[in-house]
Amino acid sequence: MKDEIRFTGIPSAGDLAAIPGIAGEERFEKGAVAVIECVQEIPCNPCEKACPFGAITVGQPITSLPVLDEEKCTGCGACLAKCPGLAIFRVHKNYTEDTALVEFPFEYLPLPQEGDTVACGGRDGNYVCDGKILKINQSKAFDGTTLVAVAVPKEHYMTVRTICRKKEANL
Amino acid sequence: MPEIKVKNHRVIKHPILSEDAPCDVSIFVDGKEIPAKAGEPIAAALLASDIHIFRQTAKKGYPRGIFCGIGRCTDCVMTVDGQPNVRTCVTPVRAGMKVETQIGLGRWAE
Amino acid sequence: MRKVQAIVIGAGPAGLAACIEIAKAGGKAVLIDENAKPGGQLFKQIHKFFGSREHRAGVRGYDIGSQLLKETEELGVEVFLDSPVYGLFQDPQGIMVSYMHEGQEKALLGEKVILATGAAENALTFPGSTLPGVMGAGCAQTMINVNRVLPGKKVIMVGSGNVGLIVSYQLMQAGADVAALIEAAPSIGGYGVHAGKIRRAGVPILVGHTIKRAMGKDQVEAVEIVALDEGFQEIPGTGQVMACDTVCIAVGLTPLTELAWLAGCEFTFIPSLGGHIPIHDENMATTVPGLYVAGDIAGAEEASTAMEEGRLAGIAAAEALGLYDEITAAPLKGSVWTRMDALRTGPFGQKRFDAKAQMLETAKGGKE
Repeated sequence: MKDEIRFTGIPSAGDLAAIPGIAGEERFEKGAVAVIECVQEIPCNPCEKACPFGAITVGQPITSLPVLDEEKCTGCGACLAKCPGLAIFRVHKNYTEDTALVEFPFEYLPLPQEGDTVACGGRDGNYVCDGKILKINQSKAFDGTTLVAVAVPKEHYMTVRTICRKKEANL
Repeated sequence: MPEIKVKNHRVIKHPILSEDAPCDVSIFVDGKEIPAKAGEPIAAALLASDIHIFRQTAKKGYPRGIFCGIGRCTDCVMTVDGQPNVRTCVTPVRAGMKVETQIGLGRWAE
Repeated sequence: MRKVQAIVIGAGPAGLAACIEIAKAGGKAVLIDENAKPGGQLFKQIHKFFGSREHRAGVRGYDIGSQLLKETEELGVEVFLDSPVYGLFQDPQGIMVSYMHEGQEKALLGEKVILATGAAENALTFPGSTLPGVMGAGCAQTMINVNRVLPGKKVIMVGSGNVGLIVSYQLMQAGADVAALIEAAPSIGGYGVHAGKIRRAGVPILVGHTIKRAMGKDQVEAVEIVALDEGFQEIPGTGQVMACDTVCIAVGLTPLTELAWLAGCEFTFIPSLGGHIPIHDENMATTVPGLYVAGDIAGAEEASTAMEEGRLAGIAAAEALGLYDEITAAPLKGSVWTRMDALRTGPFGQKRFDAKAQMLETAKGGKE
């Protein structure tokens, strides 16, 4: 079946399993970590310098896939807004006993507000579950990109990647 | 909740770009006054007011509107201040301009 | 007639970069553009650019445009706007450039001339393709990001290259709904990360589909799309009608080569670079003495490579003018080549790398 990203626009489970940007299962248990869903060799490397801890390596050639050093990664999220492809997420699987935190870049209006309960979507934009907005981060350093952090039921930590964008919301 | 404001199809608030400037002049399209911004392409002012038909073809009277937006295809030509075949996608708005839907090849004002 | 060391035609990323290099070398460059504002298509690029972080990756396109303009200003590059060039004439002292300004015919003699005229979007013909509401994706992008006007509320995007993917995303940022993106080929042409952004926003991407017709009385009201087999033929019974008021066409670019033809350049045909391309060597020099090309006119790619080609042409022209000796110019050109090669690697760049290598072979062949 043609489920790879080049057919669908969505990285498949196989695509994600094959890349060096995602930490091992045990690392997710330990705390927040960056999830770099960069699956194609494109000429791009701003993530490498974005990490203050040297946890991301692209190297030469710059089309190499970013490699995440899961021990060096502190889950700070400094890389999220630096990825031009908006392909880096911050995931804290054990945020609370039954919720995970997922943080992602979001460049649309309207923005939800902290505390709102919102529909959360997967890589295909379809509804996955409700989530609670924990933080809306519009730091100047992000150059217009907003980071949205949501708390979702723990089992969705590798599924939720956005909030559902309301179609025709403002027209 | 802050919202994107699209007034007359203008994108006022935008997630990346700063808030857009308001219209500061008027132009007249087939005699009807519409708001516009001085210096913007005439075509932008027309689309903002939901005007999409810029001219009619010479033989069959088919409607045409903007296509390339960079002054090459000439699909968007109209009669502007009496001059036919003006490319509205690259011609800037001036206050009080008179823009007319062009029929066929158009004709010069008397 | 006034004579200058270099004339650069086209104030987009390639032309601006070329002027900057010539000025840095101590040369006098005049930049001519037909538009009212410089920057070419850079100011409608509101996304963060890819590429190497040493060369402005991660910076939004319009900020790169502002930086380039600031640099040209600081270096004292003279810029003529609202000045369409209509003629190039070989002259014993260089090349004469004829242009119009405020209804007047003017001319300028350049020892070296660099063409950086860019490219135009390809059209797609189908029943209803002339209806108002069918437009180039770049046209829609200019409307939303530069003029801040929505051309429509519900868009069908045709073509899944990076332009189709990025403009779909930006239409949604401006408040429009993108009903679907369709692509005739069996796979997505552009970067997966760009596709991923619009998929997360709920936009279906239908590969192996094309637009059969646009319907509507005076403007687009709906389209019929059909599935295609591997031979790009319609699969009967797959037609579906989708409501929309706008159809954006993003099916590639064709280099704007009129001035190069006019100047008598020899051409070669390379489909992966957009069609007929003026033959150029490792210095971006064409077959016409003193005439260079840079950016999309030398093969449609993207803004980052256009800037590098502009630099290369600028450095090479400066060297030919005697502003640099060979020993100074060689490493400057070498570092541009290293960066360009990097931008042309990987699954998305290899084809362009090969095409440019083929171009160099063609240029060499012509010299022997």
